[in-house]
Amino acid sequence: MPGLASRLGRANAGHHVDNSRLNDLIGAMAECRDREAFAALFRHYAPRLKAFGMRQGVDAGTAEELAQETMLSVWRKADTFDRCRANASTWIFTIFRNKRIDMLRRESRPEADLDSVAELASDASGADDDYHAARTGEIIREAMIGLPEEQVEVLKKAFFEDKPHSAIAEELNLPLGTVKSRIRLALSRLRLALPEGQL
Amino acid sequence: MINHHPSIELLFDYAAGATPEPVALVVATHAALCSECAARIGGIEAVGGALLEIVEPVDVSEDALDSVMMRLDEPQPAALARVSAVDAETAAVVPEPLLPYIARGLAHLAWKSAGRMIEEARLPLTGKGFKAALMRLKPGAAMPVHTHRGREFTLVLAGGYKDEGNQFLRGDFDFKDPSHEHQPVVDTDGPCLCLIVLDAPVKLTGGFGRLVNPFLRI
Repeated sequence: MPGLASRLGRANAGHHVDNSRLNDLIGAMAECRDREAFAALFRHYAPRLKAFGMRQGVDAGTAEELAQETMLSVWRKADTFDRCRANASTWIFTIFRNKRIDMLRRESRPEADLDSVAELASDASGADDDYHAARTGEIIREAMIGLPEEQVEVLKKAFFEDKPHSAIAEELNLPLGTVKSRIRLALSRLRLALPEGQL
Repeated sequence: MINHHPSIELLFDYAAGATPEPVALVVATHAALCSECAARIGGIEAVGGALLEIVEPVDVSEDALDSVMMRLDEPQPAALARVSAVDAETAAVVPEPLLPYIARGLAHLAWKSAGRMIEEARLPLTGKGFKAALMRLKPGAAMPVHTHRGREFTLVLAGGYKDEGNQFLRGDFDFKDPSHEHQPVVDTDGPCLCLIVLDAPVKLTGGFGRLVNPFLRI
């Protein structure tokens, strides 16, 4: 299996993952209800969303339905997309995640209203820059290239398989502490972890 | 200033979508008050976005795009019942993610006395095996000494309490599991309002508590 760096690199070269273009397409949908922009986004994301769903143990038919429902929500919610806050892939990931919870678990998804949290952040001195930096998909993406494969593996398992840490530990036949420390290491490399002592 | 946060593992599970609704509710309500944790959740979501880009695509059926295109003009499904006007106390104390669970405001919840110093109102959450409730505690109230068969998530919404030498105030997140035996004591300068989520009954360990506090069962 090729390493993450080469996969990210290949994705860049081969599939033209050009985030600013994807961001623009969502902008065109929001402003002009541009159906061509929607079709272009669908062609890019639907096969990835279907794959993501299948990696999470959903059968192909349901995964495709999940991909379609996610893209329909992307169309409907386009005007709430804020490129300063998250890039296109991150935003679409969150819509997919919530759809999955809605469709498969029939639960709703409590979420903080990010506008009011952003205000909270700008009130605290100096927190504003960090707040936006942490949300920038590009920074995370670049930092992920530098992660060891074993750390990427636990991140992927946690995302793809919708499992709590204890189940991942069982599956990889690793002590829970090892899974936890790998995830912590990965997240601190990505500068997302809490400072020591607050964990 | 918020001093007690969810563990990074819990934030991770929340951002990845692996937490059941009652637990997600406590994390989301904390994040509504804590810009640091909101930023960490955003960063973990960006990891999800990056993984979405590198996943090997799987072809969708040929008519998948057309069938979605035909639905673009469908009327939007009605948004979930938005909370209309709530009273000033509720608006000041209850963060946005929690509002939909509180119907018409704090005063209208079905508060039940759970002892002289404690009132409790269940939240309408269907999460199997979970109890989610708001607890209102009088100033100086001491909970019975107890431990847990499962996990307990607490978020302070108003007032404060001390537990195991730590002070908990509005926005602080408290997690306890069977390894903790504790006795939270509410600050004397005012009442305390908390959101609590339990996934198993508490176990009263003090002899006296065991006799007088059956109300803590879930």
